[in-house]
Amino acid sequence: MPGFDFSNHNRNAALHAQGVPLPKATSTGTTIVGCLFNGGVVIAADTRATSGPIVADKNCEKLHYIAPQIWCAGAGTAADTEFTTAIISSNLELHALSTGRKPRVVTCMTMLKQHLFRYQGYIGAYLVVAGVDPTGAHLFTVHAHGSTDKLPYVTMGSGSLAAMSVFETQWKNDLTKDAAVKLCSDAIMAGIFNDLGSGSNVDVAIITEEKATLLRNFITPNVRQPKERNYRFQRGTTAILNEKLITREEISKYITVHELEDDNVTAAAETMDVDQ
Amino acid sequence: MASVFTGAPPQGGPGYSFKQTPTVALSGERQHSFYPYTDNGGSTLGISGADFTILAGDTRSTHGYNINTRYAPKLFKIGGEGPENKGSRIVLSVVGFAADGDALKERLDTIVKMYKYQHGKSITVAACAQRLSHILYNKRFFPYYVHAILGGIDEDGKGALYSYDPVGSYEREQCRAAGAAASLIMPFLDNQVNLKNQYEPGSGTGHDLQAKLAQPLPRKDVEDLVRDAFTSAVERHIEVGDGLQMMIITKDGIEETFTPLKKD
Repeated sequence: MPGFDFSNHNRNAALHAQGVPLPKATSTGTTIVGCLFNGGVVIAADTRATSGPIVADKNCEKLHYIAPQIWCAGAGTAADTEFTTAIISSNLELHALSTGRKPRVVTCMTMLKQHLFRYQGYIGAYLVVAGVDPTGAHLFTVHAHGSTDKLPYVTMGSGSLAAMSVFETQWKNDLTKDAAVKLCSDAIMAGIFNDLGSGSNVDVAIITEEKATLLRNFITPNVRQPKERNYRFQRGTTAILNEKLITREEISKYITVHELEDDNVTAAAETMDVDQ
Repeated sequence: MASVFTGAPPQGGPGYSFKQTPTVALSGERQHSFYPYTDNGGSTLGISGADFTILAGDTRSTHGYNINTRYAPKLFKIGGEGPENKGSRIVLSVVGFAADGDALKERLDTIVKMYKYQHGKSITVAACAQRLSHILYNKRFFPYYVHAILGGIDEDGKGALYSYDPVGSYEREQCRAAGAAASLIMPFLDNQVNLKNQYEPGSGTGHDLQAKLAQPLPRKDVEDLVRDAFTSAVERHIEVGDGLQMMIITKDGIEETFTPLKKD
């Protein structure tokens, strides 16, 4: 059977009655915006993910791919925005394959709202859907309960008021692409600096008739300053009760060992984003 | 006072909150509630050295996801002369509910100034610390909602640092972090100031390994540690940011510095 697994519901309800709190989900605070322009549509987002007052991810991606010319900005519960956009992206591709046509933004928006309405707001996804299809450029917002809006400029998330204040003072009809990108990133910046739930960088996606361009970390106004002191510990500082040496020959029986050129590089395969 | 507790909804528009104000008369029992405290976020930190004490705090004041102001000091000079506290050698830092922090600072400052008028000498930090504890405990059942840290120079010329809970339990310490990011900063201080979980390399094997012993740090090192603690806390706590205010207390006086922090 497709759909969610509710088999733990009764157990969790019993635990909850005994005072066990619900687990905390990531990212309720966010600023996401969208704006139509002459020849396409722009969406933008900040990159902070929070868990209560703690920053869970300083540079997360809130701009989700749905179809080549349809992108989505997500606010609310991080997992919900991730999975609802993924499932609708999958279904929309099957739909495009069976009809032999490019997917339309209204179709995407309708699928999202029907999916979200079915779950009565329990799927906490708040989305800005934008794209260009054979009928033109479109921009929608979809709320977790299933309601939708179609507007020339939109904002969502905890930073929506800060962002909307920028739109309401600076938006004009018939914007150029560059002006729309500037307006959207200014709106996100208002969210980043005035809403505690939003922060770090600005991501932008531009969709025109020809193509969609994702500008990851378009603006980085919050680079961490270097630390004053060095926190590298001298070898032997950590207490060790037991030590076991595994030789390279021994471990090679089970895994593949690659030689590193530099001893200081611990992992060469995939480097993670870390502070210097 | 009686009119406050009649249980009637506040007259003439919203009272305490837009959400809670009833718009129609309710039937049956009604419960009126008023919560006098708010959390204004932020963090403070204090470290004492051989002949100095450093107190620091960020200057952001928050309410929920909003920023009230980017510059609200949490560090206050206590005693000294006049409203500028000239010649003072004691600093109080308060974090939690800002209004209570201000009230507490005002009370302690008045008491310390009165002490000098009445006794003809400045109060010692030890005496000031105990007096602060009494002020806090005097409001045991309607507490000042703050975590206070008091810093100064003791009678031997050594750096003195006292930390308090909201109802007056206090202790002299080497270092203490308080407020929103205390749980992020305190473990860092334990490791870097008191050298917890650090051992002398090659001093033995297994349980014979010798732990590194903490000694008072030089002023430059402490200032750098404080800055690193705050720039790191800003990275991971949404309520900490905007600016870092530091006060360095020595026998010669109080030096005050301000360092900008990230504003996101």
